Amino acid sequence: MADKPRLRIPSEAKKGDIIAIKTLVAHPMETGFRKDEQGKPIPRKIINTFVCSFGGREVFRADLEPAIAANPYIEFTVKVAESGTFTFSWTDDDGTVTTAEHSITVS
Amino acid sequence: MSPISRRGALLLGAGLGITLRDVAREAGATPAQADAAISKFTAGKTAERGKISIDLPEIAENGNTVPMSVVVNSPMTADDYVSEIFVVGDANPNAAIVRFHLTPMSGRAEAATRIRLGGTGTVTVLAKTSTGKLYADSKTVKVTVGGCGG
Repeated sequence: MADKPRLRIPSEAKKGDIIAIKTLVAHPMETGFRKDEQGKPIPRKIINTFVCSFGGREVFRADLEPAIAANPYIEFTVKVAESGTFTFSWTDDDGTVTTAEHSITVS
Repeated sequence: MSPISRRGALLLGAGLGITLRDVAREAGATPAQADAAISKFTAGKTAERGKISIDLPEIAENGNTVPMSVVVNSPMTADDYVSEIFVVGDANPNAAIVRFHLTPMSGRAEAATRIRLGGTGTVTVLAKTSTGKLYADSKTVKVTVGGCGG
């Protein structure tokens, strides 16, 4: 996957703040229901799992279906208690995993 | 004044809506499949209404990308939090749309994404709490152009 995932997350927060995390990854999310010009079905190829962890602990996960639009955008919240690093992973049907990281300073 | 009158355009739009809905049906969209997915999630228990707010447009011009956000009323403490949010659409060839898994670290029980809708239908959002409570709410979305390719 050529494009880096896009993340929108604050880099600083106060202890106990609930922050919004916005993520977007470039992917066609081919449903498997479409047909090409010859009428042959185009095989399904989607991101099926998205996971966000903080300091090694899973804080949010989404199981995606073909009903998620291309370039899947996912937004959720996290209550931050300490400084640390968020890790994100997007898993493709073919097993490819795209990852990203973001550090936050909590005062 | 354009050659197509306003009334003509509206009628044309209405006709188009029916055709696309038929296409979605052919693609295998079955409300029965959505019902089955919902019953599997609730496992025979009754879901409480009024705890979930669903933000979806009433009319989606393009079913290929419909912004959706979901908020569940929950304290989100370590003892009582929403652990799972499941979204089902009855006009899609595959009823399941997305499943979010939350933790007490989520702070608030909310999530947003962009979904595909194959045609006009009902989107149902179900939520499960760590204490075993079930919530459900639904919203009808009119879709002008379906987003499942078929």
